[in-house]
Amino acid sequence: MAKLIIEAGVAEKNYWFDLWRYRELFYFLAWRDLLVRYKQTAVGLAWAVIRPLLTMIVFSVIFGRIAKLPSDGVPYPLFVFAAMLPWQFFANSLSDSSSSLVTNEKLISKVYFPRLIVPASSVIVSLVDCLISVVVLVGLFAWYQFVPSVRILTLPLFMLLAFVASMGPGLLITALNVEYRDFRYIIPFIVQFGLYVSPVGFSSSAIPEQWRLIYALNPMVAVIDGFRWAIFGTNSLYWPGFAISVCVSVLLLWIGVSYFRRVERSFADII
Amino acid sequence: MSDSIIKVEGLSKRYLLEHQATRTGGAFQYKRFSDVLSGVASKPARWLAARRDRRSGNGMGHSSQQEEFWALKDVSFDIKRGEVAGIIGRNGAGKSTLLKILSRITEPTKGRIEIDGRVASLLEVGTGFHPELTGRENIFLNGAILGMHQSEIRRKFDEIVDFAEVERFLDTPVKRYSSGMYVRLAFAVAAHLEPEILIIDEVLAVGDSDFQKKCLGKMKDVAHGGRTVLFVSHNMSAVRNLCSRGLLMVKGQKLFDGTAEQAIAEYSSATTTQSSLTWKRPLNLPQDQIGFESIEVHLSGEESQVQLKCSIVLQSPQSGEPVFIAVDICDQLQTPIMQALPFTKPFISGKSGRQRLSLEIDLPRLIPGQYVLDFWIGSHFSTTADYVKNAVTFEVVQAPSSDRSFPHSSSHGYLVPESRCALVTL
Repeated sequence: MAKLIIEAGVAEKNYWFDLWRYRELFYFLAWRDLLVRYKQTAVGLAWAVIRPLLTMIVFSVIFGRIAKLPSDGVPYPLFVFAAMLPWQFFANSLSDSSSSLVTNEKLISKVYFPRLIVPASSVIVSLVDCLISVVVLVGLFAWYQFVPSVRILTLPLFMLLAFVASMGPGLLITALNVEYRDFRYIIPFIVQFGLYVSPVGFSSSAIPEQWRLIYALNPMVAVIDGFRWAIFGTNSLYWPGFAISVCVSVLLLWIGVSYFRRVERSFADII
Repeated sequence: MSDSIIKVEGLSKRYLLEHQATRTGGAFQYKRFSDVLSGVASKPARWLAARRDRRSGNGMGHSSQQEEFWALKDVSFDIKRGEVAGIIGRNGAGKSTLLKILSRITEPTKGRIEIDGRVASLLEVGTGFHPELTGRENIFLNGAILGMHQSEIRRKFDEIVDFAEVERFLDTPVKRYSSGMYVRLAFAVAAHLEPEILIIDEVLAVGDSDFQKKCLGKMKDVAHGGRTVLFVSHNMSAVRNLCSRGLLMVKGQKLFDGTAEQAIAEYSSATTTQSSLTWKRPLNLPQDQIGFESIEVHLSGEESQVQLKCSIVLQSPQSGEPVFIAVDICDQLQTPIMQALPFTKPFISGKSGRQRLSLEIDLPRLIPGQYVLDFWIGSHFSTTADYVKNAVTFEVVQAPSSDRSFPHSSSHGYLVPESRCALVTL
């Protein structure tokens, strides 16, 4: 093993190597959070299913029945649920990762490991929740006797995109939250607001043509459109917007990682 | 390749103490975003204020905002492969900061460290234990946090469980464990790490004495197994037992570097001479009747059998009742252990003015540790004239019996009586 050199203000050279060496910790922290989350709850893991299901029902009643929003020819509950999957993933990872470092304060101040692992594993936990909700989606398919198109095979790609879109803002806010606990209050607001700004309850084709490029600055637009495209195959993807969304996601990931890396070394002092 | 495994050069660590934050109380240790924004906004105003202060010869403007504190100042040393080094010093001497930097938890402000090997550090027992998880689950989690691979943990699982003596409770959440079991399990996991360099901070101070003995034995195995160990402790007998080398830290600087024995001797003489401990009445605490103005305590005598020489100035703004004095000797947690009461009736006149009282206290033999003195005067046991809690702190470094192999702990009390015995075969 190469010599380890610790110097003031010098970024760790073998950081990414360490990240690989500690790869099992991703798994263990995620496993711990999953185990702990549903201990002493009556229905346990079912909560992962109930939450998106209830939101879906509320949306279907309010926007589908009462407001009668169009849903591209797909049953409205299915239409909402397909968007709810990535949205819940995004929302959960944002709120869980942002508080992850602060709740793991003891670890941060007593043991060394690449700090990136902590928020990353809470994003992984949200991903697991999301995968559980896919089961509900399958159930809804059966209920509505809906046969998805072949394009559903590309769904993992959009999962990956959702992961990138969640990780970037997640890391950024996690790092900021260590020093400025204000973000604890900002997150619920972002999550609530974002639900209505992102095309969850409606189709993004409802956005007037001249605004669609600007609308695509919201990284979740590409993710949600992508999910619907892969699952229903009824809408066509708006490629320029999609490209912009993907770029924004990648850019946010880059900003998130580099900001996190920059302030990470002082976490133990300020947490 | 040189044979030094850790090389530290000119290591310094600065902390900035935010007085603004401490003024609002403990609740706001961290910044709020708005503070930063308003800080930026008030910068010009502060600059003007600083200029005005400078012109009027009042330089307090800036320094009242932030104060520098050097937890470590220009520390250099070399540790050779296979060496077991003890780092000793008072609380706040920078030992823990040093270990935190070496284990990469926090970064240094200045200086450079070269480490040639895999480091595992144990700054606290049970880091990352989750109370809701079972013993079995926690072994895996804690192992992974400390940098063990799953296969490694699996291989040592039985050994760990055996060492901790918790077989029957493996599938019970650790929140239902007794504190002893909890600590045993936590130490067991950490003790089975196999790094090239092991960094340990004061973990022997836990558990009952049987377990402490076991831990010490395990640490000895580690040390004799050719691994490099850095060990911080207040426990001189453990340091003497385990370490070949001793580093003495005082106020963030390395004061002495030599054999463990020499370092301990240096430490005890340094603390005895430094133990001139004083208390002065703060200005914001005026006294309307007779009270303490200043207290000065000198330590003398053999270590672990200390004599306290107190020089006390009493001050009374007006005449009142005569008083008598009592001194409580307390442990670190301010629980009184014993009381010195030279007279049981008032003997100090209550007339206005200042008077000096000299008081000598012969302490019985005490176990190593920190002790706190509370001073009281009053005219009757239920009528207090003045009561200064926590007035001075002193430290006993040497254990009463230096050949004791396991450390003293308060679980068997603080006082060590002289004892003799005779054995006859019947």
